[in-house]
Amino acid sequence: MPSALINVPPKAKRGDIIEIKALMSHIMETGYRRTAAGDIVPRDIITSFTCRYNGTEVFRADFFPAIAANPFISFFTVARESGKFDFEWIGDKGFSETASASIAVE
Amino acid sequence: MHDFDPSTRRRFLGLAGGAALCGTIPIVTVRPAEATPAMLASAIRNLVGEAPVRTGKVKLDVPPLVENGNTVPMTVSVTSPMTADDHVRSIHVFNEKNPQPNIGNFYIGPAAGRAQVSTRIRLADSQKIVAIAQLSDGSFWSTSIDVVVTLAACTEEVL
Repeated sequence: MPSALINVPPKAKRGDIIEIKALMSHIMETGYRRTAAGDIVPRDIITSFTCRYNGTEVFRADFFPAIAANPFISFFTVARESGKFDFEWIGDKGFSETASASIAVE
Repeated sequence: MHDFDPSTRRRFLGLAGGAALCGTIPIVTVRPAEATPAMLASAIRNLVGEAPVRTGKVKLDVPPLVENGNTVPMTVSVTSPMTADDHVRSIHVFNEKNPQPNIGNFYIGPAAGRAQVSTRIRLADSQKIVAIAQLSDGSFWSTSIDVVVTLAACTEEVL
């Protein structure tokens, strides 16, 4: 069962630059490894990660097989208003997961 | 997609070296390890087109000596005021010797406040990593760093 770890500060002052961290458990199989029998293990990675702040996209990333397993990402955004961060991971084999976190801005 | 075979370059260099010793090929054909960034160059060309890429503004933090290539912490930051008129649009990270030249593309914007992204990457060999940032005025800035990897990623067998 895939699971996400999200770290968003619960409170911030308006205009503060806050750091957001997100980790999704995923094998990130590169598609370049082989079994002992010599067969290629098919690629199974997360290809895209998006973060929306009250519906507006503030960060997006394209992942390639060179991103390590259980992809971790950290980035910054300006705390504008109280509300919600929505995170979305999309990948091979129909992988699609979401998570969210809320923030109170004073 | 290219099948990954770490022995190819070594074999090529060995053959080229042997041939040079035999005198059939002049010694100048034995190129050093920097001779295979063709995929890297074309990946960068796909991104920037004909635009010039200047060195500076971008900072790439990767440990210079990596013990385990399966998970390597990486931080890219770009010097920018991050205002509506002058901000970083995107950051792109490339490598030289993994099976694929791309590592990741990160799209930010003036709402980011700070142009900095961290993640964990895989490195299949000791190699050069290149980070390129596209600014809001359309210009491209880059930096590169050489990393030594003792245990490579991607090459082990499953089961």
